[in-house]
Amino acid sequence: MSQIGAGSLPPLDITRAPEGGEIGPIQSGWRLAVREFAQNKLAVLGLGILIFFVVFSFVGPVFYHGNYLTSNLIATNLPPGAGNPLGTSNQGYDELALLMKGGQAALEVGFFSAAIAITLGALVGAISGLAGGIVDAVLMRIVDVFLSIPFLFIVLIVAVRYGASVLSLSLLIGAFSWLVPARLVRGEVLTLKVRDFVSAARVAGSGQGRLISRHLLPNAFGLMIVNVTFQVADAILYIAALGFLGFGLHWPNQDWGDLLSNGVSYIQDGYWWQVYPVGACIVLVVIACNLIGDALRDSLDVRLRRR
Amino acid sequence: MIGYILRRIGTSIVILIGVSIFIFGLLHAIYPSPAIDVLGSRANTVLIQAWNKQNGFDEPWLEQYLRYVGNLLRGNLGWSYKLNQSVASLFGEVWQRSAWLSGAALVLSVVIAVPLGVYQAVRRNTVGDYVATSLAFIVYAMPVFFLGLILINVFALDLHWFGFEASQSNSLLSIIVDVHDMTLPIVTLTLLTIASYSRYMRSSAMDVLAQDYIKVARAKGLPERLVLLRHLLRNACLPMVTLIGLSIPYLLAGNLITETLFNYRGLGLLFYTALGNVDYNVLLAYTLIGAVLTIIGNLIADIALTVADPRIRLA
Repeated sequence: MSQIGAGSLPPLDITRAPEGGEIGPIQSGWRLAVREFAQNKLAVLGLGILIFFVVFSFVGPVFYHGNYLTSNLIATNLPPGAGNPLGTSNQGYDELALLMKGGQAALEVGFFSAAIAITLGALVGAISGLAGGIVDAVLMRIVDVFLSIPFLFIVLIVAVRYGASVLSLSLLIGAFSWLVPARLVRGEVLTLKVRDFVSAARVAGSGQGRLISRHLLPNAFGLMIVNVTFQVADAILYIAALGFLGFGLHWPNQDWGDLLSNGVSYIQDGYWWQVYPVGACIVLVVIACNLIGDALRDSLDVRLRRR
Repeated sequence: MIGYILRRIGTSIVILIGVSIFIFGLLHAIYPSPAIDVLGSRANTVLIQAWNKQNGFDEPWLEQYLRYVGNLLRGNLGWSYKLNQSVASLFGEVWQRSAWLSGAALVLSVVIAVPLGVYQAVRRNTVGDYVATSLAFIVYAMPVFFLGLILINVFALDLHWFGFEASQSNSLLSIIVDVHDMTLPIVTLTLLTIASYSRYMRSSAMDVLAQDYIKVARAKGLPERLVLLRHLLRNACLPMVTLIGLSIPYLLAGNLITETLFNYRGLGLLFYTALGNVDYNVLLAYTLIGAVLTIIGNLIADIALTVADPRIRLA
């Protein structure tokens, strides 16, 4: 029997175990999680990629002034070279400047819509889990209804009419992606609300609102932050799809999907610089978010912690 | 068992009603009346009002909804004012093509992802596992159209192995035998689906590998091949049933983009054209059909799971 336990349990560290009245060094769960995260090389790589793209998109334009506004018909489809490090588009725009511009849109939509989705989802999930009964049943049926709707179709239909700005697209994508966080938070609240500290808070006179905001949501925070990273990745893919299909941001705002769909027309001519750099940007940012999300999930999940 | 299935069907019907009200209400709020499309942009308000009255677009929202649902139940999906044809006949012309593309991709992905996931779980943390996991991770992060573009660039434009455009034929049979033109669209959709399925299959197979009954099977001396085939594979496939049901909206979205990229005249491309010229009834009908497919897919997955897994015995 001892063999089964040997693999999964670390040997008891007697020297570090606090004795009698002594208290060992206090380490918050968050600090442990950060340490676990920092030890994960892939996660640090993901974070590095994401920071690079934030700097590239938002700080880059301060130092690099490429032309992305006025079409220049003498300089169309130039290959990478002096003056245009990544070549020019079919209208003579500088590809590198377009990449920065598109990166701003993608990251903004990604983070805004994830913030909307998680806020809405956490509220619905917490209310549903705490209230139970008929409220829970109705809210969860609404979630079921939304989950059965082909998401991209509805987003496309609404985007054709209203989609034009970063804000409207974020609202739109956020409004249709709060369902998974709502279910996750509800599940977490269901297990948390029977714990002793919640009963203690209730006995101490906390109202429902205080229970949710001070006790339940902070404890579900780890779960939410993991979900946010995946939401950002999904939102970036969605806005790229909208842009590619031609129903994304309106000119002069551009996102990476727009650039790709422009480049498609010229792929037969071998203008690789109009397609591959921007494709690589999308893939790298999404991979970075997924890596961070996976690592956060591992580092916040106590059961998976190696120690 | 029967009680559970009946209750599950009941929930599905409630969700279906909710979905139809939501989709109809949303589209109605965005495009209240197709009068302008029919009468032309220079029609005056009197004409528009008369047309709305004549075609029932001035009635209360709920009445229009009930009439629409009544028509749906009789198989009438509405009229496409842009293409001047009934929506049902438009869908009838092209649905088989979409079914072939999506069906072939779905079957291929399951056939490939299941053994791949099992292989990765059994040989986990070896070079093969790392390569497969990394590839799946990259493809998972890739937009469909970018994946398709790479395939077109490499296999159609550079190597000339396959066509860069999907088959344009009208007969389903000639589309099925047209391997030259249909390979890339099907492979695009398949790779995308494999990337997400194999991740789940790998973790599901790893969960099963840790179960006691696998240890028992090995301890009693069963050959490893039989352990994997009889005990691991069957149990690890159970979550896949749910996953396939849940992934229908993603399949539909992938289908839409793949058909647009490869100019394949199926339901997805029809929807895309309808978006461009705001063909209200086509948009409404296809979104509803997508929702119905999703709900039915989830229902079948749930029922299949209770039949296949004897541990789930709900009252």
